[in-house]
Amino acid sequence: MHLPLQDTIGLNLLAANQHQAEHNREHFEAWQLLCLNVMSSPGAGKTSLLERSLAALAPEFAMAVLEGDMTTQLDADRLEAVGVPVVPITTGRACHLDAAMVSGGLKLLRQRIDPSSLDILWVENVGNLVCPAEFEVGEHRKVALLSVTEGDDKPLKYPVMFREADCVLITKTDLLPYLPVDVERIEEHIHQVNPRATVIRVSASSGEGLEAWHGWLRQQWQAQRVQPLSPAESRQTAIALA
Amino acid sequence: MHEVDMTKCLLLSMQEWRQQHQPQTPVVDRVHLQVGEFTCVEPDQLVFTWGAAVQGSWLDGAELVIETVPLVGRCTRCDGTYSPSVEQAYRSPCCDQPMEQIVSGRELRIRSVDYSLPHVAPASSDQPVPTTT
Repeated sequence: MHLPLQDTIGLNLLAANQHQAEHNREHFEAWQLLCLNVMSSPGAGKTSLLERSLAALAPEFAMAVLEGDMTTQLDADRLEAVGVPVVPITTGRACHLDAAMVSGGLKLLRQRIDPSSLDILWVENVGNLVCPAEFEVGEHRKVALLSVTEGDDKPLKYPVMFREADCVLITKTDLLPYLPVDVERIEEHIHQVNPRATVIRVSASSGEGLEAWHGWLRQQWQAQRVQPLSPAESRQTAIALA
Repeated sequence: MHEVDMTKCLLLSMQEWRQQHQPQTPVVDRVHLQVGEFTCVEPDQLVFTWGAAVQGSWLDGAELVIETVPLVGRCTRCDGTYSPSVEQAYRSPCCDQPMEQIVSGRELRIRSVDYSLPHVAPASSDQPVPTTT
């Protein structure tokens, strides 16, 4: 005899990851640093942008990078050459970083430096427009990159990524003269799914827009010093719904 | 195929439920999920990975039932709700406003669990009494 029973749970499917992400964020707050999760499709220019930004901002901020890569350490080597500590996190077959992997990266980072000496911790996610959008790692702000060569329909086709981003960088703008692409249309599509996002056109090659992007970063860092930043409102809504 | 990792998270959450609320291992018949249309989860793939992941575990045989929740936005100008065409257009058809507020569609929720408890022999008189001759 089996008694049929039903329990109402109402728990987020990703509750386990969420708990770890909150735990990571508590560390970041204790260390008084700003953590940014940088995401895009493969080849949109995350590493090139970081090379430029790390070099430009190094006189102002103490920084480190957790570098997610599926199998290689190539990106980590490129960034280490700029002179900031880089911890590679090879994810194996996983196509995104989750909060537990970032926690593992933090342990390795602590063996090399004291994280409370840092101002900004960058997490360079695995190149992918789908999964990283759903897995929080404890970041304060999400930054998504979209290169002008990817087509203006991407914000509509991969809307969750662009909805979740606090800042969207349209990269490789130096290529615009050679492409039949309407950058205003890209911006309009981002705006449709996320009217709150800060959208900046940049080129790591020509340097266009980098000052505006670094200005946004300084703003976030200043805000973080006044009061620890909570995750953006859109994500809080998502958590409340789930 | 991040549904594999989603499934791992789901199994951890189910484990938590069992440890907190079930002193004896329950027989789970169905796990009901609500998955919003505006998420990165493909319900068919989740069902597939679930079937493989639970084999040989305490959840072996449990069916994953997924209810898809449609994306509904709220127009910030007229306060009316609307259904954006996912992957195509997200502006409100009434006032042509961007999708500022999401009413539903971001859910990734374990809603409920159907289960039964293994039979424990009660010490009562309605047990068949063996007859002696």
